[in-house]
Amino acid sequence: MNRQEKEQYLREYSLLKNQGKSFFPYAVIKDSFMAVLVMAVIIFMALLLGAELGPKADPTTTDFVPRPEWYFFFLFELLRVVKPPELVVMATVGIPTICMVLLILLPFIDRNPERNPLKRPIATLAGITTIGAMAYLTLLGALAGTPTVIELETKPQFEAGRDVAAQSGCLACHQIGENGNSGPGPNLTDIAERLPRQAIERTLLNPTSPMPSYQALKDEQPEKFDDLVGYLGSLRETE
Amino acid sequence: MKMLPPALRPRPKKPGIKPAKNGNGSGNGAAVDENGKKSKPPLKERAKPVVDGAAEAGVGTIGWVDERSGLTPFLRGFMYRKVPKGINWFQTLGAATMFAFAAQAVTGVFLAMYYDPNPTEAYESAARITNELFLGEFVRGMHRWGASVMIVLIFLHMGRTFFYGAYKYPRELNWIIGVVLLILTMVMGLTGYLLPFDQRSFWATEVAVALTGSGPMIGPYLGDFLRGGAEFGPATLTRFYALHMLLVPGLIAALIGAHLYLVVKLGITAPPWLKAEKRRELSEEEI
Ligand code: HEC
Ligand code: HEM
Repeated sequence: MNRQEKEQYLREYSLLKNQGKSFFPYAVIKDSFMAVLVMAVIIFMALLLGAELGPKADPTTTDFVPRPEWYFFFLFELLRVVKPPELVVMATVGIPTICMVLLILLPFIDRNPERNPLKRPIATLAGITTIGAMAYLTLLGALAGTPTVIELETKPQFEAGRDVAAQSGCLACHQIGENGNSGPGPNLTDIAERLPRQAIERTLLNPTSPMPSYQALKDEQPEKFDDLVGYLGSLRETE
Repeated sequence: MKMLPPALRPRPKKPGIKPAKNGNGSGNGAAVDENGKKSKPPLKERAKPVVDGAAEAGVGTIGWVDERSGLTPFLRGFMYRKVPKGINWFQTLGAATMFAFAAQAVTGVFLAMYYDPNPTEAYESAARITNELFLGEFVRGMHRWGASVMIVLIFLHMGRTFFYGAYKYPRELNWIIGVVLLILTMVMGLTGYLLPFDQRSFWATEVAVALTGSGPMIGPYLGDFLRGGAEFGPATLTRFYALHMLLVPGLIAALIGAHLYLVVKLGITAPPWLKAEKRRELSEEEI
Protein backbone atom coordinates (compact mmCIF):
# COMPACT_ATOMS: atom_id res chain seq x y z
CA MET A 1 0.00 0.00 0.00
CA ASN A 2 1.37 3.38 -0.87
CA ARG A 3 0.92 6.47 1.21
CA GLN A 4 -2.18 7.63 -0.58
CA GLU A 5 -3.89 4.27 -0.15
CA LYS A 6 -2.99 4.26 3.51
CA GLU A 7 -4.46 7.69 4.04
CA GLN A 8 -7.55 6.80 2.13
CA TYR A 9 -8.01 3.71 4.28
CA LEU A 10 -7.58 5.64 7.50
CA ARG A 11 -10.05 8.29 6.35
CA GLU A 12 -12.63 5.72 5.29
CA TYR A 13 -12.11 3.84 8.52
CA SER A 14 -12.57 6.85 10.75
CA LEU A 15 -15.84 7.59 8.97
CA LEU A 16 -17.01 4.02 9.47
CA LYS A 17 -16.02 4.28 13.08
CA ASN A 18 -17.90 7.51 13.56
CA GLN A 19 -20.99 5.92 12.09
CA GLY A 20 -20.60 2.98 14.44
CA LYS A 21 -21.78 2.33 17.95
CA SER A 22 -20.23 2.41 21.36
CA PHE A 23 -18.28 -0.68 22.42
CA PHE A 24 -20.28 -0.72 25.64
CA PRO A 25 -22.93 -2.06 25.63
CA TYR A 26 -23.35 -3.09 21.99
CA ALA A 27 -20.19 -5.15 21.49
CA VAL A 28 -20.00 -6.14 25.14
CA ILE A 29 -23.39 -7.85 24.93
CA LYS A 30 -22.27 -10.00 22.02
CA ASP A 31 -18.95 -10.81 23.66
CA SER A 32 -20.68 -11.77 26.90
CA PHE A 33 -23.06 -14.01 25.04
CA MET A 34 -20.05 -15.71 23.43
CA ALA A 35 -18.40 -16.09 26.85
CA VAL A 36 -21.47 -17.88 28.18
CA LEU A 37 -21.63 -20.06 25.09
CA VAL A 38 -17.95 -20.99 25.35
CA MET A 39 -18.34 -21.91 29.01
CA ALA A 40 -21.48 -23.91 28.26
CA VAL A 41 -19.76 -25.87 25.51
CA ILE A 42 -16.74 -26.62 27.70
CA ILE A 43 -18.89 -27.72 30.64
CA PHE A 44 -21.10 -29.80 28.38
CA MET A 45 -18.11 -31.55 26.83
CA ALA A 46 -16.51 -32.12 30.23
CA LEU A 47 -19.70 -33.71 31.55
CA LEU A 48 -20.33 -35.76 28.44
CA LEU A 49 -16.81 -36.88 27.60
CA GLY A 50 -15.10 -36.78 30.98
CA ALA A 51 -11.35 -37.07 31.22
CA GLU A 52 -10.09 -40.53 30.57
CA LEU A 53 -6.78 -41.59 32.00
CA GLY A 54 -5.14 -44.49 30.23
CA PRO A 55 -2.74 -46.97 31.78
CA LYS A 56 0.37 -45.51 33.34
CA ALA A 57 3.22 -44.52 31.05
CA ASP A 58 5.56 -47.44 30.65
CA PRO A 59 8.63 -47.02 28.46
CA THR A 60 9.08 -50.78 28.32
CA THR A 61 5.77 -51.64 26.72
CA THR A 62 5.69 -52.31 23.06
CA ASP A 63 2.02 -52.40 22.29
CA PHE A 64 1.43 -48.70 22.20
CA VAL A 65 0.92 -46.71 19.05
CA PRO A 66 1.84 -43.07 19.38
CA ARG A 67 -1.13 -40.92 18.66
CA PRO A 68 -1.17 -37.16 19.16
CA GLU A 69 -4.04 -34.92 20.18
CA TRP A 70 -6.44 -34.36 17.30
CA TYR A 71 -5.24 -30.86 16.51
CA PHE A 72 -1.83 -32.24 15.62
CA PHE A 73 -3.28 -34.84 13.25
CA PHE A 74 -2.64 -32.66 10.24
CA LEU A 75 1.06 -32.49 11.08
CA PHE A 76 1.20 -36.20 11.76
CA GLU A 77 -0.53 -36.98 8.49
CA LEU A 78 1.92 -34.79 6.65
CA LEU A 79 4.49 -37.34 7.77
CA ARG A 80 2.65 -40.08 6.02
CA VAL A 81 2.04 -38.24 2.81
CA VAL A 82 5.76 -37.67 2.38
CA LYS A 83 7.28 -41.06 1.67
CA PRO A 84 10.96 -40.90 0.71
CA PRO A 85 12.94 -41.11 3.97
CA GLU A 86 15.35 -38.37 2.95
CA LEU A 87 12.38 -36.01 2.75
CA VAL A 88 10.93 -36.94 6.14
CA VAL A 89 12.76 -34.17 7.96
CA MET A 90 11.42 -31.82 5.32
CA ALA A 91 7.88 -32.88 6.16
CA THR A 92 8.20 -32.92 9.92
CA VAL A 93 10.19 -29.78 10.45
CA GLY A 94 10.48 -28.04 7.10
CA ILE A 95 6.83 -27.69 6.16
CA PRO A 96 5.60 -26.45 9.57
CA THR A 97 8.49 -23.99 9.74
CA ILE A 98 7.77 -22.71 6.25
CA CYS A 99 4.09 -22.38 7.12
CA MET A 100 4.88 -20.39 10.26
CA VAL A 101 7.23 -18.07 8.40
CA LEU A 102 4.69 -17.57 5.63
CA LEU A 103 1.99 -16.80 8.20
CA ILE A 104 4.16 -14.23 9.92
CA LEU A 105 5.13 -12.63 6.62
CA LEU A 106 1.59 -12.65 5.23
CA PRO A 107 1.00 -8.90 5.71
CA PHE A 108 4.16 -8.21 3.72
CA ILE A 109 3.43 -10.75 1.01
CA ASP A 110 -0.13 -9.66 0.36
CA ARG A 111 0.20 -5.94 -0.32
CA ASN A 112 -3.05 -5.58 -2.18
CA PRO A 113 -5.00 -2.70 -0.56
CA GLU A 114 -8.30 -4.45 -1.31
CA ARG A 115 -9.87 -6.09 1.73
CA ASN A 116 -13.11 -7.52 0.46
CA PRO A 117 -12.66 -11.31 0.24
CA LEU A 118 -14.72 -11.41 -2.95
CA LYS A 119 -12.45 -8.89 -4.64
CA ARG A 120 -9.17 -10.58 -3.89
CA PRO A 121 -9.75 -14.06 -5.29
CA ILE A 122 -6.17 -15.28 -5.00
CA ALA A 123 -5.90 -14.68 -1.26
CA THR A 124 -9.38 -16.05 -0.65
CA LEU A 125 -8.74 -19.17 -2.71
CA ALA A 126 -5.39 -19.72 -1.00
CA GLY A 127 -7.11 -19.43 2.38
CA ILE A 128 -9.87 -21.85 1.44
CA THR A 129 -7.37 -24.31 -0.02
CA THR A 130 -5.27 -24.22 3.14
CA ILE A 131 -8.29 -24.77 5.34
CA GLY A 132 -9.47 -27.58 3.08
CA ALA A 133 -6.08 -29.29 3.14
CA MET A 134 -5.83 -29.05 6.91
CA ALA A 135 -9.34 -30.37 7.35
CA TYR A 136 -8.65 -33.23 4.96
CA LEU A 137 -5.41 -34.18 6.72
CA THR A 138 -7.12 -33.98 10.12
CA LEU A 139 -9.90 -36.24 8.86
CA LEU A 140 -7.37 -38.73 7.48
CA GLY A 141 -5.64 -38.73 10.84
CA ALA A 142 -8.90 -39.28 12.65
CA LEU A 143 -9.89 -42.17 10.42
CA ALA A 144 -6.50 -43.85 10.30
CA GLY A 145 -6.88 -46.95 12.36
CA THR A 146 -3.97 -48.33 14.27
CA PRO A 147 -3.41 -51.79 12.86
CA THR A 148 -2.13 -54.40 15.26
CA VAL A 149 -2.10 -57.45 13.01
CA ILE A 150 0.40 -58.55 10.42
CA GLU A 151 -1.11 -60.98 7.98
CA LEU A 152 2.08 -61.68 6.08
CA GLU A 153 2.86 -65.43 6.11
CA THR A 154 5.96 -66.34 8.04
CA LYS A 155 7.82 -69.43 9.21
CA PRO A 156 6.61 -70.81 12.56
CA GLN A 157 9.85 -69.94 14.37
CA PHE A 158 9.29 -66.24 13.58
CA GLU A 159 5.64 -66.05 14.59
CA ALA A 160 6.41 -64.83 18.10
CA GLY A 161 8.51 -62.03 16.64
CA ARG A 162 5.77 -61.18 14.18
CA ASP A 163 3.32 -60.69 17.03
CA VAL A 164 5.77 -58.45 18.86
CA ALA A 165 6.17 -56.34 15.72
CA ALA A 166 2.42 -56.20 15.21
CA GLN A 167 1.80 -55.01 18.74
CA SER A 168 4.73 -52.63 19.00
CA GLY A 169 3.26 -49.79 17.03
CA CYS A 170 5.68 -50.24 14.12
CA LEU A 171 2.68 -50.34 11.80
CA ALA A 172 1.84 -46.75 12.66
CA CYS A 173 4.83 -45.73 10.59
CA HIS A 174 5.82 -48.79 8.56
CA GLN A 175 4.12 -51.11 6.15
CA ILE A 176 4.73 -54.83 6.53
CA GLY A 177 3.05 -56.86 3.81
CA GLU A 178 -0.46 -55.53 3.37
CA ASN A 179 -0.69 -54.02 6.83
CA GLY A 180 0.38 -50.73 8.30
CA ASN A 181 0.82 -47.25 6.99
CA SER A 182 3.05 -46.50 4.07
CA GLY A 183 4.85 -43.68 5.82
CA PRO A 184 6.75 -41.95 7.33
CA GLY A 185 9.00 -44.97 7.76
CA PRO A 186 10.12 -47.14 4.84
CA ASN A 187 8.31 -50.32 3.91
CA LEU A 188 9.69 -53.19 5.99
CA THR A 189 8.28 -56.06 3.91
CA ASP A 190 11.71 -56.87 2.53
CA ILE A 191 13.89 -55.12 5.07
CA ALA A 192 16.30 -58.04 5.40
CA GLU A 193 17.27 -57.58 1.75
CA ARG A 194 18.52 -54.11 2.58
CA LEU A 195 19.80 -54.42 6.12
CA PRO A 196 21.67 -57.19 7.90
CA ARG A 197 20.41 -58.32 11.29
CA GLN A 198 22.91 -56.27 13.25
CA ALA A 199 21.98 -53.14 11.37
CA ILE A 200 18.31 -53.73 12.10
CA GLU A 201 19.12 -54.17 15.77
CA ARG A 202 21.16 -50.99 15.71
CA THR A 203 18.28 -49.14 14.09
CA LEU A 204 15.89 -50.27 16.80
CA LEU A 205 18.25 -49.15 19.54
CA ASN A 206 19.48 -45.96 17.90
CA PRO A 207 16.92 -44.96 15.34
CA THR A 208 16.83 -41.80 13.38
CA SER A 209 14.00 -39.54 14.38
CA PRO A 210 11.01 -39.68 14.36
CA MET A 211 11.25 -43.39 15.09
CA PRO A 212 11.34 -43.99 18.85
CA SER A 213 14.12 -46.06 20.38
CA TYR A 214 13.31 -49.58 21.54
CA GLN A 215 16.27 -49.73 23.92
CA ALA A 216 13.88 -50.11 26.84
CA LEU A 217 12.36 -53.22 25.27
CA LYS A 218 15.81 -54.80 25.00
CA ASP A 219 16.59 -53.99 28.62
CA GLU A 220 13.31 -55.18 30.07
CA GLN A 221 12.25 -58.02 27.82
CA PRO A 222 15.32 -59.27 25.93
CA GLU A 223 13.58 -62.37 24.53
CA LYS A 224 10.84 -60.32 22.93
CA PHE A 225 13.41 -57.98 21.50
CA ASP A 226 15.39 -60.87 20.04
CA ASP A 227 12.20 -62.34 18.56
CA LEU A 228 11.47 -58.99 16.94
CA VAL A 229 14.93 -58.66 15.46
CA GLY A 230 14.81 -62.27 14.30
CA TYR A 231 11.50 -61.69 12.60
CA LEU A 232 12.67 -58.55 10.84
CA GLY A 233 15.82 -60.35 9.79
CA SER A 234 13.64 -62.95 8.07
CA LEU A 235 11.71 -60.48 5.96
CA ARG A 236 12.85 -61.11 2.40
CA GLU A 237 11.13 -60.92 -0.89
CA THR A 238 9.36 -64.21 -1.50
CA GLU A 239 9.00 -65.50 -4.99
CA MET B 1 6.12 17.46 38.54
CA LYS B 2 4.95 17.98 35.02
CA MET B 3 5.37 14.27 34.40
CA LEU B 4 3.13 13.10 37.22
CA PRO B 5 -0.35 11.81 36.36
CA PRO B 6 -3.14 13.83 37.95
CA ALA B 7 -3.82 11.41 40.79
CA LEU B 8 -0.21 11.52 41.94
CA ARG B 9 0.20 15.27 41.91
CA PRO B 10 0.22 16.89 45.31
CA ARG B 11 -3.07 18.06 46.65
CA PRO B 12 -3.93 21.70 45.97
CA LYS B 13 -3.30 22.44 49.63
CA LYS B 14 0.48 22.38 49.30
CA PRO B 15 1.07 24.60 46.30
CA GLY B 16 -1.51 26.90 47.82
CA ILE B 17 0.02 27.18 51.23
CA LYS B 18 3.65 27.45 50.35
CA PRO B 19 3.58 30.73 48.46
CA ALA B 20 1.26 32.07 51.12
CA LYS B 21 3.79 31.42 53.83
CA ASN B 22 6.70 32.82 51.90
CA GLY B 23 4.93 35.84 50.50
CA ASN B 24 1.91 37.24 52.28
CA GLY B 25 2.75 35.82 55.64
CA SER B 26 0.27 33.66 57.55
CA GLY B 27 -3.07 34.55 58.98
CA ASN B 28 -5.33 32.70 56.57
CA GLY B 29 -6.41 30.02 59.00
CA ALA B 30 -9.66 29.50 57.08
CA ALA B 31 -10.68 26.54 54.92
CA VAL B 32 -7.85 25.05 52.98
CA ASP B 33 -9.73 25.10 49.71
CA GLU B 34 -10.30 28.79 49.88
CA ASN B 35 -6.74 29.29 50.83
CA GLY B 36 -5.62 27.41 47.75
CA LYS B 37 -7.74 29.50 45.45
CA LYS B 38 -6.76 32.80 46.91
CA SER B 39 -3.04 32.38 46.83
CA LYS B 40 -2.91 31.71 43.08
CA PRO B 41 -0.78 28.66 42.40
CA PRO B 42 1.33 28.78 39.22
CA LEU B 43 -0.73 28.75 36.03
CA LYS B 44 0.30 25.25 35.08
CA GLU B 45 -1.10 23.86 38.30
CA ARG B 46 -4.28 25.83 38.13
CA ALA B 47 -5.11 24.78 34.61
CA LYS B 48 -5.52 21.19 35.61
CA PRO B 49 -8.64 20.02 37.44
CA VAL B 50 -6.73 18.61 40.34
CA VAL B 51 -9.21 19.96 42.82
CA ASP B 52 -12.06 17.94 41.34
CA GLY B 53 -10.20 14.67 41.75
CA ALA B 54 -9.43 15.50 45.33
CA ALA B 55 -12.98 16.53 46.04
CA GLU B 56 -14.44 13.28 44.74
CA ALA B 57 -11.85 11.20 46.55
CA GLY B 58 -12.88 9.07 49.43
CA VAL B 59 -16.38 8.58 48.06
CA GLY B 60 -16.32 4.84 48.53
CA THR B 61 -13.71 2.37 47.47
CA ILE B 62 -13.96 3.17 43.78
CA GLY B 63 -13.13 6.79 44.42
CA TRP B 64 -10.26 5.78 46.67
CA VAL B 65 -8.74 3.48 44.06
CA ASP B 66 -9.38 5.93 41.27
CA GLU B 67 -7.69 8.79 43.05
CA ARG B 68 -4.57 6.68 43.33
CA SER B 69 -4.66 5.01 39.93
CA GLY B 70 -6.49 7.28 37.53
CA LEU B 71 -8.24 4.21 36.15
CA THR B 72 -11.64 5.73 35.44
CA PRO B 73 -10.69 7.80 32.39
CA PHE B 74 -8.88 4.77 30.99
CA LEU B 75 -11.86 2.47 31.55
CA ARG B 76 -14.21 5.09 30.18
CA GLY B 77 -12.12 5.38 27.05
CA PHE B 78 -12.05 1.62 26.75
CA MET B 79 -15.75 1.01 27.23
CA TYR B 80 -17.14 3.98 25.32
CA ARG B 81 -14.80 3.83 22.36
CA LYS B 82 -16.63 3.42 19.10
CA VAL B 83 -16.69 0.24 17.12
CA PRO B 84 -17.33 0.76 13.39
CA LYS B 85 -20.71 0.08 11.94
CA GLY B 86 -21.54 -3.40 10.76
CA ILE B 87 -19.57 -5.24 13.47
CA ASN B 88 -20.88 -8.77 13.49
CA TRP B 89 -20.72 -12.07 15.31
CA PHE B 90 -17.55 -13.24 13.58
CA GLN B 91 -15.81 -10.40 15.37
CA THR B 92 -16.55 -11.88 18.76
CA LEU B 93 -14.32 -14.87 18.06
CA GLY B 94 -11.21 -13.16 19.44
CA ALA B 95 -12.98 -12.41 22.69
CA ALA B 96 -14.28 -15.98 22.74
CA THR B 97 -10.69 -17.25 22.40
CA MET B 98 -9.74 -15.06 25.32
CA PHE B 99 -12.52 -16.49 27.48
CA ALA B 100 -11.40 -20.00 26.62
CA PHE B 101 -7.88 -19.05 27.71
CA ALA B 102 -9.23 -17.60 30.95
CA ALA B 103 -11.18 -20.80 31.59
CA GLN B 104 -8.00 -22.80 31.00
CA ALA B 105 -6.13 -20.60 33.46
CA VAL B 106 -8.75 -21.09 36.19
CA THR B 107 -9.16 -24.86 35.78
CA GLY B 108 -5.38 -25.14 35.43
CA VAL B 109 -4.83 -23.50 38.80
CA PHE B 110 -7.15 -26.02 40.45
CA LEU B 111 -5.40 -28.93 38.76
CA ALA B 112 -2.02 -27.57 39.84
CA MET B 113 -3.15 -27.71 43.47
CA TYR B 114 -3.29 -31.51 43.28
CA TYR B 115 -0.91 -32.42 40.48
CA ASP B 116 2.59 -33.61 41.22
CA PRO B 117 5.17 -33.31 38.43
CA ASN B 118 7.44 -35.92 39.93
CA PRO B 119 7.65 -38.79 37.40
CA THR B 120 6.95 -41.43 40.01
CA GLU B 121 3.93 -39.51 41.30
CA ALA B 122 2.56 -37.76 38.23
CA TYR B 123 0.33 -40.55 37.04
CA GLU B 124 -0.88 -41.32 40.56
CA SER B 125 -1.74 -37.70 41.22
CA ALA B 126 -3.60 -37.48 37.92
CA ALA B 127 -5.45 -40.66 38.85
CA ARG B 128 -6.30 -39.21 42.26
CA ILE B 129 -7.68 -36.08 40.64
CA THR B 130 -9.74 -38.15 38.24
CA ASN B 131 -11.08 -40.78 40.60
CA GLU B 132 -11.06 -39.49 44.14
CA LEU B 133 -11.26 -35.74 44.21
CA PHE B 134 -14.65 -34.06 44.44
CA LEU B 135 -15.44 -32.84 40.91
CA GLY B 136 -11.89 -33.81 39.97
CA GLU B 137 -12.73 -35.51 36.73
CA PHE B 138 -15.05 -32.64 35.84
CA VAL B 139 -12.30 -30.06 36.25
CA ARG B 140 -9.83 -32.22 34.35
CA GLY B 141 -12.43 -32.66 31.65
CA MET B 142 -13.00 -28.94 31.45
CA HIS B 143 -9.30 -28.30 31.11
CA ARG B 144 -8.89 -31.01 28.53
CA TRP B 145 -11.83 -30.12 26.31
CA GLY B 146 -11.29 -26.44 26.96
CA ALA B 147 -7.96 -26.86 25.17
CA SER B 148 -9.73 -28.22 22.11
CA VAL B 149 -12.30 -25.44 22.24
CA MET B 150 -9.56 -22.83 22.45
CA ILE B 151 -7.74 -24.31 19.46
CA VAL B 152 -10.92 -24.34 17.40
CA LEU B 153 -11.69 -20.75 18.37
CA ILE B 154 -8.19 -19.47 17.68
CA PHE B 155 -8.26 -20.96 14.18
CA LEU B 156 -11.73 -19.53 13.54
CA HIS B 157 -10.57 -16.13 14.78
CA MET B 158 -7.52 -16.32 12.55
CA GLY B 159 -9.69 -17.28 9.61
CA ARG B 160 -11.92 -14.30 10.31
CA THR B 161 -9.04 -11.85 10.38
CA PHE B 162 -7.66 -13.45 7.22
CA PHE B 163 -10.84 -13.21 5.16
CA TYR B 164 -11.55 -9.70 6.41
CA GLY B 165 -8.10 -8.60 5.32
CA ALA B 166 -7.61 -7.40 8.89
CA TYR B 167 -3.90 -8.18 8.70
CA LYS B 168 -3.37 -5.26 6.33
CA TYR B 169 -2.26 -1.73 7.16
CA PRO B 170 -2.28 -0.61 9.93
CA ARG B 171 -2.81 -3.93 11.72
CA GLU B 172 0.17 -5.95 10.46
CA LEU B 173 1.82 -6.03 13.86
CA ASN B 174 -1.30 -7.41 15.49
CA TRP B 175 -1.41 -10.23 12.97
CA ILE B 176 2.20 -11.11 13.81
CA ILE B 177 1.45 -11.12 17.53
CA GLY B 178 -1.50 -13.34 16.66
CA VAL B 179 0.69 -15.87 14.86
CA VAL B 180 2.98 -16.04 17.88
CA LEU B 181 -0.09 -16.59 20.07
CA LEU B 182 -1.18 -19.41 17.78
CA ILE B 183 2.21 -21.10 18.03
CA LEU B 184 2.28 -20.69 21.82
CA THR B 185 -1.21 -22.14 22.08
CA MET B 186 -0.10 -25.18 20.12
CA VAL B 187 2.90 -25.46 22.46
CA MET B 188 0.48 -25.49 25.39
CA GLY B 189 -1.35 -28.39 23.78
CA LEU B 190 1.89 -30.26 23.25
CA THR B 191 3.37 -29.72 26.72
CA GLY B 192 0.08 -30.37 28.49
CA TYR B 193 -0.44 -33.66 26.74
CA LEU B 194 2.48 -35.27 28.59
CA LEU B 195 1.45 -34.26 32.10
CA PRO B 196 -1.09 -37.01 32.95
CA PHE B 197 1.78 -39.37 32.11
CA ASP B 198 -0.32 -42.20 30.81
CA GLN B 199 0.66 -44.31 27.82
CA ARG B 200 -0.90 -41.99 25.28
CA SER B 201 0.84 -38.94 26.61
CA PHE B 202 4.16 -40.66 26.96
CA TRP B 203 4.40 -42.16 23.50
CA ALA B 204 2.96 -39.21 21.64
CA THR B 205 5.37 -36.86 23.40
CA GLU B 206 8.29 -39.17 22.79
CA VAL B 207 7.62 -38.95 19.05
CA ALA B 208 6.94 -35.21 19.14
CA VAL B 209 10.20 -34.49 20.94
CA ALA B 210 12.09 -36.79 18.58
CA LEU B 211 10.60 -34.86 15.67
CA THR B 212 11.71 -31.58 17.18
CA GLY B 213 15.17 -32.99 17.66
CA SER B 214 15.40 -34.02 14.03
CA GLY B 215 15.23 -30.44 12.83
CA PRO B 216 18.26 -28.87 11.24
CA MET B 217 20.53 -26.50 13.15
CA ILE B 218 18.70 -25.69 16.39
CA GLY B 219 16.62 -28.89 16.20
CA PRO B 220 18.94 -31.10 18.28
CA TYR B 221 19.43 -28.38 20.89
CA LEU B 222 15.70 -27.79 21.13
CA GLY B 223 15.12 -31.52 21.46
CA ASP B 224 17.69 -31.81 24.24
CA PHE B 225 16.25 -28.76 25.94
CA LEU B 226 12.75 -30.24 25.94
CA ARG B 227 13.92 -33.63 27.12
CA GLY B 228 16.24 -32.15 29.72
CA GLY B 229 19.09 -34.28 28.35
CA ALA B 230 19.78 -36.75 25.61
CA GLU B 231 17.25 -39.26 26.91
CA PHE B 232 13.58 -38.98 27.67
CA GLY B 233 13.67 -39.10 31.45
CA PRO B 234 12.45 -37.66 34.74
CA ALA B 235 13.76 -34.21 33.82
CA THR B 236 11.49 -34.19 30.79
CA LEU B 237 8.32 -34.18 32.83
CA THR B 238 9.37 -31.37 35.15
CA ARG B 239 10.48 -29.33 32.15
CA PHE B 240 7.19 -29.75 30.40
CA TYR B 241 5.45 -28.87 33.66
CA ALA B 242 7.40 -25.63 34.04
CA LEU B 243 6.80 -24.69 30.42
CA HIS B 244 3.12 -25.54 30.61
CA MET B 245 2.51 -23.86 33.94
CA LEU B 246 4.69 -20.79 33.93
CA LEU B 247 6.59 -19.79 30.86
CA VAL B 248 4.14 -20.32 28.04
CA PRO B 249 0.96 -19.12 29.79
CA GLY B 250 2.88 -16.08 31.03
CA LEU B 251 3.93 -15.27 27.50
CA ILE B 252 0.42 -15.84 26.20
CA ALA B 253 -1.11 -13.56 28.83
CA ALA B 254 1.41 -10.82 28.08
CA LEU B 255 0.90 -11.12 24.35
CA ILE B 256 -2.88 -11.08 24.70
CA GLY B 257 -2.37 -7.80 26.54
CA ALA B 258 -0.33 -6.39 23.64
CA HIS B 259 -2.83 -7.80 21.14
CA LEU B 260 -5.76 -6.11 22.87
CA TYR B 261 -3.85 -2.88 23.31
CA LEU B 262 -3.39 -2.72 19.56
CA VAL B 263 -7.03 -3.65 18.92
CA VAL B 264 -8.15 -0.75 21.08
CA LYS B 265 -5.59 1.64 19.70
CA LEU B 266 -6.17 0.88 16.03
CA GLY B 267 -9.84 0.03 16.26
CA ILE B 268 -11.41 -3.16 15.02
CA THR B 269 -11.95 -3.44 11.26
CA ALA B 270 -15.36 -2.95 9.78
CA PRO B 271 -16.56 -5.79 7.56
CA PRO B 272 -14.65 -5.07 4.33
CA TRP B 273 -17.69 -4.99 2.09
CA LEU B 274 -19.09 -1.99 3.94
CA LYS B 275 -18.46 1.57 2.83
CA ALA B 276 -18.96 4.66 4.90
CA GLU B 277 -22.28 6.26 3.99
CA LYS B 278 -21.56 9.80 2.89
CA ARG B 279 -18.49 8.96 1.01
CA ARG B 280 -19.87 6.26 -1.23
CA GLU B 281 -19.55 8.09 -4.58
CA LEU B 282 -16.37 9.82 -3.63
CA SER B 283 -14.49 6.71 -2.75
CA GLU B 284 -15.56 4.94 -5.90
CA GLU B 285 -14.35 7.82 -7.96
CA GLU B 286 -11.03 7.73 -6.25
CA ILE B 287 -10.54 4.06 -7.08
C1 HEC C 1 6.93 -42.81 14.78
C2 HEC C 1 7.11 -43.58 13.61
C3 HEC C 1 7.89 -44.90 13.68
C4 HEC C 1 7.65 -45.99 14.49
C5 HEC C 1 6.58 -46.14 15.57
C6 HEC C 1 8.60 -47.01 14.10
N1 HEC C 1 9.41 -46.53 13.12
FE1 HEC C 1 10.94 -47.54 12.21
N2 HEC C 1 11.40 -45.87 11.15
C7 HEC C 1 10.67 -44.71 11.12
C8 HEC C 1 11.26 -43.81 10.15
C9 HEC C 1 10.77 -42.40 9.82
C10 HEC C 1 12.39 -44.47 9.63
C11 HEC C 1 13.36 -43.92 8.60
C12 HEC C 1 14.51 -43.28 9.34
C13 HEC C 1 15.64 -42.94 8.42
O1 HEC C 1 15.39 -42.49 7.33
O2 HEC C 1 16.78 -43.14 8.83
C14 HEC C 1 12.43 -45.75 10.26
C15 HEC C 1 13.41 -46.71 9.98
C16 HEC C 1 13.34 -48.02 10.40
C17 HEC C 1 14.23 -49.07 9.99
C18 HEC C 1 15.38 -48.90 9.02
C19 HEC C 1 14.80 -49.04 7.64
C20 HEC C 1 15.79 -48.77 6.53
O3 HEC C 1 15.44 -49.09 5.39
O4 HEC C 1 16.85 -48.21 6.81
C21 HEC C 1 13.84 -50.22 10.62
C22 HEC C 1 14.46 -51.62 10.52
C23 HEC C 1 12.69 -49.88 11.44
N3 HEC C 1 12.41 -48.55 11.28
C24 HEC C 1 12.01 -50.78 12.22
C25 HEC C 1 10.97 -50.44 13.07
C26 HEC C 1 10.34 -51.36 13.96
C27 HEC C 1 10.67 -52.85 14.07
C28 HEC C 1 9.41 -50.66 14.67
C29 HEC C 1 8.49 -51.18 15.78
C30 HEC C 1 9.12 -51.85 16.87
C31 HEC C 1 9.46 -49.30 14.21
N4 HEC C 1 10.42 -49.18 13.24
C32 HEC C 1 8.66 -48.27 14.69
C33 HEC C 1 9.54 -44.41 11.88
C34 HEC C 1 9.00 -45.25 12.83
C1 HEM D 1 -4.68 -16.36 22.39
C2 HEM D 1 -5.21 -16.11 21.26
C3 HEM D 1 -5.89 -14.82 20.78
C4 HEM D 1 -6.69 -13.96 21.49
C5 HEM D 1 -7.11 -14.06 22.94
C6 HEM D 1 -7.10 -12.93 20.57
C7 HEM D 1 -7.95 -11.87 20.89
C8 HEM D 1 -8.38 -10.91 20.01
C9 HEM D 1 -9.46 -9.99 20.24
C10 HEM D 1 -10.33 -9.94 21.49
C11 HEM D 1 -9.56 -9.21 19.13
C12 HEM D 1 -10.64 -8.14 18.89
C13 HEM D 1 -11.44 -8.44 17.65
C14 HEM D 1 -12.12 -9.76 17.62
O1 HEM D 1 -12.58 -10.23 18.68
O2 HEM D 1 -12.18 -10.37 16.53
C15 HEM D 1 -8.51 -9.58 18.22
C16 HEM D 1 -8.24 -9.00 17.00
C17 HEM D 1 -7.29 -9.42 16.08
N1 HEM D 1 -6.58 -10.62 16.15
FE1 HEM D 1 -6.54 -11.84 17.73
N2 HEM D 1 -6.51 -13.14 19.35
C18 HEM D 1 -5.77 -14.31 19.43
C19 HEM D 1 -5.05 -14.90 18.41
C20 HEM D 1 -4.88 -14.37 17.13
C21 HEM D 1 -4.29 -15.05 16.01
C22 HEM D 1 -3.80 -16.49 16.02
C23 HEM D 1 -4.30 -14.15 14.95
C24 HEM D 1 -3.80 -14.37 13.54
C25 HEM D 1 -2.68 -14.87 13.23
C26 HEM D 1 -4.87 -12.93 15.43
C27 HEM D 1 -5.00 -11.77 14.67
C28 HEM D 1 -5.78 -10.70 15.02
C29 HEM D 1 -5.94 -9.49 14.22
C30 HEM D 1 -5.23 -9.17 12.88
C31 HEM D 1 -6.87 -8.69 14.90
C32 HEM D 1 -7.41 -7.32 14.45
C33 HEM D 1 -8.71 -7.63 13.81
C34 HEM D 1 -9.51 -6.41 13.43
O3 HEM D 1 -9.11 -5.30 13.78
O4 HEM D 1 -10.52 -6.65 12.76
N3 HEM D 1 -5.24 -13.09 16.75
N4 HEM D 1 -7.81 -10.65 18.78
